[in-house]
Amino acid sequence: MNQESLRKLVLETLGRIAPDADPAALDPAVNVRDQIDFDSMDFYNFAVALHEKLGVEIPESDYPRLSSIDGCVRYLQEKIDGRVAG
Amino acid sequence: MPSLGADMEAGTLTRWLVGEGDTVHRGDIIAVVETVKGAIDVEVFEDGRVEKLLVEPGTEVPVGTPLARIRSEGEPAAAPAVQETQAARPRAAAPGGAAVATRRRVSPAARRRARELGVDAEALEGEGPVTVADVERAAGSGPARAVPPGGMRAAIAAAMSRSKREIPHYYLQTSVDMGAALERLAAWNAERPVPERLLPAVLLLRAAARAAARYPEMNGWYRDGAHAPSAAVHAGMATALRGGGLVAPALHDADGRPLPELMRALADLVSRARTGRLRSSEMADPTITVTSLGEQGVESVLPVIFPPQVAIVGFGSIVERPWVVAGKVVPRPVVRVSLAADHRVSDGHRGARFLAGIGRLLENPEEP
Repeated sequence: MNQESLRKLVLETLGRIAPDADPAALDPAVNVRDQIDFDSMDFYNFAVALHEKLGVEIPESDYPRLSSIDGCVRYLQEKIDGRVAG
Repeated sequence: MPSLGADMEAGTLTRWLVGEGDTVHRGDIIAVVETVKGAIDVEVFEDGRVEKLLVEPGTEVPVGTPLARIRSEGEPAAAPAVQETQAARPRAAAPGGAAVATRRRVSPAARRRARELGVDAEALEGEGPVTVADVERAAGSGPARAVPPGGMRAAIAAAMSRSKREIPHYYLQTSVDMGAALERLAAWNAERPVPERLLPAVLLLRAAARAAARYPEMNGWYRDGAHAPSAAVHAGMATALRGGGLVAPALHDADGRPLPELMRALADLVSRARTGRLRSSEMADPTITVTSLGEQGVESVLPVIFPPQVAIVGFGSIVERPWVVAGKVVPRPVVRVSLAADHRVSDGHRGARFLAGIGRLLENPEEP
């Protein structure tokens, strides 16, 4: 999966959880929680959805890397590449 | 028309998801009603066959009006009508079948906007939940304006005014060391994939629910001048909606279910509250409310009871604070727990024991 389709998936997932937030309008470099109301339960649902769609393991200690859209895409790309390589 | 909260007087039947002659089972979603709190899926509370639909879609009817006649299995056709006047209380909500899938989800804010603009939000084409932007696009209107206080604001105002007018609240607070609970949580989460992990919120909720089961004066309703305790603990989860407003749908049997199951149910409930898909039983029967404003960074909350309930428990943020352990000051994660309870039903003494009970449950964590 390339960066572009990963980004699309991340935005879609955000949009499903926070339909009123218009994820496309968010600054991808900034923490999502600083831009919209997004609490720990939303984040949990977000992480579960990414885990289920991509089949990647996301340890809790990596959660901070999922805080912005850019960070999320980078992190997931690394996980997918790592999995392919490993 | 089921009563979906003490403040509800009427609702509009939006659509039927079953037809006359269909077989229905307890817990099935058979209709959607529009209330000031958004669209609610109405569940049926028995097995049977739909004999007659009594209310046309689009009609607003008072609470208590029969919506349909459902004949139980084995009941002769001429038997008196069974009225759909109250909500079901199923343990697990059954999926409503194919009919449910034909309707698009609409977020609560989009639903409000759609009403303002006269748009049928559920009929819009597309994928995923309908958003405010979708509704505005459909209406051909410009970007979002400041939304005037709508029905939900008025409903909250009515319920909270009634609470402050009628309920003599008393308030108690305590601080609880969350160290042991969080350590156990971290150990549990470290070994498990994302969907099986737990959030601190579910520990807090669970402790409040288990304590409520032991202190019946905190659980149930105040009706007709007396307390009606509830045997079950259905915890109302105060949930802020992104477009503004608040709902507190029930997490059923919050005291008895295993933590992982409760976690999934909680995440599902919050998600459905925020995307506009709550069920009638969830709106109708909370026995106590739990509010966790700690998420916003505040250390403590002095909440207002949702009438006709008799207590509400508030949790602040879990923050690291100096704490004395065995004569030494050490940093510990501490949460401020508060209780607002109805003085007509209980006194501070019982309230204090209840609150201390929550503290004990949190400080001596159970196995998940």
